[in-house]
Amino acid sequence: MAATGKKVMVTVRKAPHGSIYVQESIEVMFIFATYDMELSVVFLDDGVLALHPGQDTKGLGIKGFMASLGALVDWEVTKVYVDRQSLKDRNISEDAIITIGRDEETDAPIRPRVLDSAEIAAMMAAQHSIVSF
Amino acid sequence: MKLSVLVLEGPYNHEASDSAYNFIQAALAKGHTIRGIFFYDDGVYNATRLMDPPQDDRHISKRWSELGATGIDMIVCVAAAKRRGITNEVLVPNIRISGLGQLASLIDEADRLVTFGD
Repeated sequence: MAATGKKVMVTVRKAPHGSIYVQESIEVMFIFATYDMELSVVFLDDGVLALHPGQDTKGLGIKGFMASLGALVDWEVTKVYVDRQSLKDRNISEDAIITIGRDEETDAPIRPRVLDSAEIAAMMAAQHSIVSF
Repeated sequence: MKLSVLVLEGPYNHEASDSAYNFIQAALAKGHTIRGIFFYDDGVYNATRLMDPPQDDRHISKRWSELGATGIDMIVCVAAAKRRGITNEVLVPNIRISGLGQLASLIDEADRLVTFGD
């Protein structure tokens, strides 16, 4: 079993709802969270649209995943990042993205941390594996 | 180098499945080890024995099965397979159904994971 604490990154690059990629990437995050690995998650390109609040998939007749994303921290998926330029390109304000949980002590909302592309690139270079969705 | 491969797209419609196969052949020819192949999302369709392509076309599931016969661990994700009606009864030989935890193990046991998707 995966027990060596390797650094593994899941990237979310696809728009939500147009394909199953975002939903399946979340399934992977939750399973990987139960393994002893250093997991990080990065939303970039159209993947940042998954962080837009107020999404409702009822009209699409599909399960939706906003509740799952909103509880990432509860599942101990805490290293969650988003690419600043990808947000900017899509006119999404950095403080208008969903929360992924609340701080246990202060109850303050936790949002994905906004990073510059260079910081993300440096993180990518340090990974053992990147699982790209 | 020990490599694991993740295939996210089905056969014939997307090049990802062919690219994965060609990449693996090239890697093996260079002396690398393929620790395992994990089929996820529509990638699970790569493993069905129900496919019956014209004779002058490549037979993708047969090709994967032959690769599995060489001892490479080939795994189809159970949740993705159930959604798409891929069961043990329709799998080609040398490919097995298991959970996403196996993907974590393939990552752990390889030096690199290479993903083929859209």
